Amino acid sequence: MTRDDIYAKVKEILADAMGVDEGDVTPEATLRGDLGAESIDFLDIVFRLEQAFGIKIQQGELFPDSLAQNADFVQDGKVTARGIAAIKEKLPHVDLSAFEKDPQVSKIGDIFTVEALVRFVQNKLASVPG
Amino acid sequence: MRWMWIDRVVELQPRQRLVSIKHISLAEEHMHEHFAATEARSSLPVMPGSLIVEGVAQSGGILIGHALAFEQKIVLAKVTRVDLDHDATAGDTLRYTITIDQFGPQGASTKGVVDLLEVWSGKSRTIGHIDLMFSVLENNMAGIEFPEGNFVFGEAFKTLMRNSGVLIPGE
Repeated sequence: MTRDDIYAKVKEILADAMGVDEGDVTPEATLRGDLGAESIDFLDIVFRLEQAFGIKIQQGELFPDSLAQNADFVQDGKVTARGIAAIKEKLPHVDLSAFEKDPQVSKIGDIFTVEALVRFVQNKLASVPG
Repeated sequence: MRWMWIDRVVELQPRQRLVSIKHISLAEEHMHEHFAATEARSSLPVMPGSLIVEGVAQSGGILIGHALAFEQKIVLAKVTRVDLDHDATAGDTLRYTITIDQFGPQGASTKGVVDLLEVWSGKSRTIGHIDLMFSVLENNMAGIEFPEGNFVFGEAFKTLMRNSGVLIPGE
């Protein structure tokens, strides 16, 4: 499956899951800020990606599930250097270059873009044997 | 029994499927307001769609709660789809058939079919589809903390389940 095929499916999934126009689902659109995703939508997206691409996504694999509760990773409302390193290791599909300049935990949702989802699926499919 | 919008669970296949029924009666107060008579027309008692969604949600909550031995708090988190193409009124019976679509530690998605049964004619037909998502509050992604006691599966739910022959762990 090509990157364009994956993008087209992800676009459809996000439009259905959040009731937005497919035209709004651009690669750089953020799930929370631009597309209005709430916490339950992230689970909905996980379920839909699993079905559409025939993959299994473990809890915390696509979106972090306990970052804000970890005192080593968040201090004074900002994600620490250790936190950034942990995100990079656990979520290689996410581009942190913009977030690192002002790593406020309240803006963590902005790192989840449509492109990050496409990259995640690409990585996931590439890791499936055969 | 306040705020129970199903009358009985009639079938339960653990972790897969639950079927429940709701009899609609003119004795239900909301039927007199929905819709009350106006100068232009006489009263029109119709089961509100929102309460049909609530009945499907309660059914789905029992199906998922049962799979987790009723130890966790299951709440309706998202109404993914509601299509209802026919009204239900007093004397009708609604049958909700819920199947689990996906199930994970944080929640589940369900698909629901709404059938209308006419007791007097023996006929039935599908009048809608309601797909929902449920969150397991203990594992919610927002990281919000909730009271420890299980305020979801309280006495009203337990009475319904006992009356339907659904086994409740610890009883």
